[in-house]
Amino acid sequence: MSDRLLRFDDWTSPVPPVEREVVSRLVEGEGDQPPLLFVCGPRHGAWAFAERWLGHAAQRGFPAYALTPRDRGDLRAHVHDVVQVAASLPKQAVLIGHGEGATVVARALGRYPARAAVLAAPAPSRWASFKTNPVGTLPALFAGKWRFNRRQLFSTALPADEADAYLERMSFAPRLTNPKSRATPVGNPPLLVVGSPDDRIVPRKSLDETAARYGGAPLLFPGMGHDLMLDAGWAEPIDAVLDWLTKELSATR
Amino acid sequence: MHDTPDIADRRDAVCVIGAGASGLAAIKNLREHGFAVDCYERETSVGGAWNWRHDRSPVYAATHLISSRPLAEFPDFPMPDSWPDYPHHSQLLSYLERYAKHFGLADAIWFGTEVVSCVPVGDGRWDVTTQSTGGGSSRVQRYAAVVAANGHNWAPAKPEIPGADTPGALRGTVIHSAQYKDPAQLRNRKVLVIGGGNTGCDLAVEAAQQATTVWHSTRRGYWYAPKYVLGRPADQVNERLRQWRLPLRLRQWLYRRTLALTTGDLTRFGMPAPDHRPYESHPVVNSQLPYYLGHGRIKPVPDVTRYADGKVELADGRRIDPDLVITATGYLPRFEFLDPDLLDSDPDGRPDLHLHAFARKHPTLAVVGLLQPDSGLLPLAHWQSVAVARWLRLRREDPVRAAAVQQKESARPVRSWARRHVPGRRHWFEVDHVDYLKAVDGLLHEMEPAK
Ligand SMILES: Cc1cc2nc3c(=O)[nH]c(=O)nc-3n(C[C@H](O)[C@H](O)[C@H](O)COP(=O)(O)OP(=O)(O)OC[C@H]3O[C@@H](n4cnc5c(N)ncnc54)[C@H](O)[C@@H]3O)c2cc1C
Ligand SMILES: NC(=O)c1ccc[n+]([C@@H]2O[C@H](COP(=O)([O-])OP(=O)(O)OC[C@H]3O[C@@H](n4cnc5c(N)ncnc54)[C@H](OP(=O)(O)O)[C@@H]3O)[C@@H](O)[C@H]2O)c1
Repeated sequence: MSDRLLRFDDWTSPVPPVEREVVSRLVEGEGDQPPLLFVCGPRHGAWAFAERWLGHAAQRGFPAYALTPRDRGDLRAHVHDVVQVAASLPKQAVLIGHGEGATVVARALGRYPARAAVLAAPAPSRWASFKTNPVGTLPALFAGKWRFNRRQLFSTALPADEADAYLERMSFAPRLTNPKSRATPVGNPPLLVVGSPDDRIVPRKSLDETAARYGGAPLLFPGMGHDLMLDAGWAEPIDAVLDWLTKELSATR
Repeated sequence: MHDTPDIADRRDAVCVIGAGASGLAAIKNLREHGFAVDCYERETSVGGAWNWRHDRSPVYAATHLISSRPLAEFPDFPMPDSWPDYPHHSQLLSYLERYAKHFGLADAIWFGTEVVSCVPVGDGRWDVTTQSTGGGSSRVQRYAAVVAANGHNWAPAKPEIPGADTPGALRGTVIHSAQYKDPAQLRNRKVLVIGGGNTGCDLAVEAAQQATTVWHSTRRGYWYAPKYVLGRPADQVNERLRQWRLPLRLRQWLYRRTLALTTGDLTRFGMPAPDHRPYESHPVVNSQLPYYLGHGRIKPVPDVTRYADGKVELADGRRIDPDLVITATGYLPRFEFLDPDLLDSDPDGRPDLHLHAFARKHPTLAVVGLLQPDSGLLPLAHWQSVAVARWLRLRREDPVRAAAVQQKESARPVRSWARRHVPGRRHWFEVDHVDYLKAVDGLLHEMEPAK
């Protein structure tokens, strides 16, 4: 029996509500474009998108929102928050998740019929295999709590002081458990995977696997680090995402 | 079949009747499955029963949900988690309005337009006649399918009480609960409420706060569930028992124990004892009824036998003299726009549909929302409309498999999803939400694209 129809978790112990921080850059008037909801992993906050991407998306006509993950939430709570915020937006939203935020978005897609979805540098889906086979996997992953260094998140093109300032703002939350089973997106939204072959946290192979699970190939931005939204060259991936989105939106409906 | 020139052919489009919760879910899910949709709504706005601005709306000022939020919301569009456990009816309306706006449904809805008839024209297609509400010229359009989401709480079921038509038999006025909106109607009056459903109990409680005297007439005993037990909304506690798959008998025992330890036996206040086991009747949820019984504000009385000499005569022979009688005796499903044969309706107008949704002989005719669940209706209406959309799509894309699915489904034990219930007019479409959703899930699985 699937838990798709019988939602005993939600029916018996709903996720406790919290005050959520949502940062937005809006567009004048009521535009045609759907709102974008950016979701990061628990180590970043809405600020990471507010820095560059939100304003850029708004300039291109997309009302843009970013959610700060709640403190000490588990995957279920983060998914709940994303769906809550998405449903509160005036129109059917596009969900854009980065890193572990992509894990959250992938789950949320099973709960909310997004207009479209983007998984940016999505966290690998099989943490379990890393645990049993740490050799050759990422040094940052098996300590339980991970701590980034500058070179894991950013390319050398980003000045060191800028990179360090970003690192300062990050917190060291424990990583989310990433379930092996994948939620089938409801409403069949168009979905794009983007990433960098030079990401030191998400291996190229994992990007390919994630994209393949949704029946596509990743869109790649060589030379960039994991934090596509903050790294030097941040405009390229967001422009590509918005171009893709514009094409998809005109193709359907 | 010849096309008459004045019939506009809408080709593959689906006609949805009604823009209440069920109709909105149907529009959204049909569109999600690639269908063009025309929805007709006789009122001027969305929300159906929850839109108190509609003359026919059955909600009254103090209506709050009886199912708690997680069991009352659409599964893919949650209500704000900052809302109370049991939202007010105005919140439900704003929720439905937001749902319609969020998914851009308004451009599919023709307001102020009533569907007056749907006639099959062969090949699964339908001629749908619509008319401006309140008269005006009519129009016929041809559709690939019809989904009726017309609701079943519009046509008041009025009791036949001897004397009701005799002038002078009753001094006070009689209204049906559908005409009750505002507590001012009760203020400083002697009020008799007839009916022990959720409406009757809510009104008895409201009267207890407003009226000078309140009599509450019930013709049988019920299990009145509190809204909270063990520190949680009662339905959420109940879901835990369902999740643990406790057998019905054990759940019934626990139910009795929980009531006995909290509100206690209501016969001590003069209420009749239930004539059925817990879970065997449509759930009545009301924490305040026992409270006002205990404060003597509500006086329980038996069934009404007749009106005579200006007074109300009760089954025990007593006579009372109310200023206002409110019959909270429920509603009747009505499908005036469909020939009863199309829905295999019995002489009392009760359709016989597969899963209470699919017409047995007309694969392109479905009804959404015709259920009395032991949970909120919206989650079930959502999955019904998903199933209807999948079914129509399968039929269009793979008629051979669609036929196979139909064959298999027709062999499903008819009542696997119905609940055991006390006999009576109103319980025929009562469903157990867990069993019902399992049955719908089974159907959805069968219709999944072949891998
Ligand atoms: C007092 C009260 C309290 C309730 N509380 C709860 C609760 O707590 N939880 C719960 O889940 N449910 C509750 N319900 C049940 C409630 O009916 C459903 O929640 C829900 O409103 C049903 O939606 P629907 O769309 O199926 O029907 P409706 O809301 O009745 O909508 C049907 C729509 O179809 C339109 N229509 C009908 N015929 C035609 C026609 N021929 N042409 C064009 N349009 C037409 C009507 O105008 C209406 O807008 C309550 C009902 C009542 C009366
Ligand atoms: N707060 C809420 O969320 C809320 C509030 C109100 C209603 N609702 C819902 O709205 C729907 C309609 O509820 P309702 O209470 O209006 O109607 P209902 O559930 O049909 O209940 C009708 C009541 O009237 C009695 N009755 C019927 N005909 C009678 C007669 N001729 N003489 C004497 N008694 C008679 C019935 O008795 P029997 O048991 O013998 O049939 C029953 O007690 C239900 O689904 C209900 O759950 C929800």
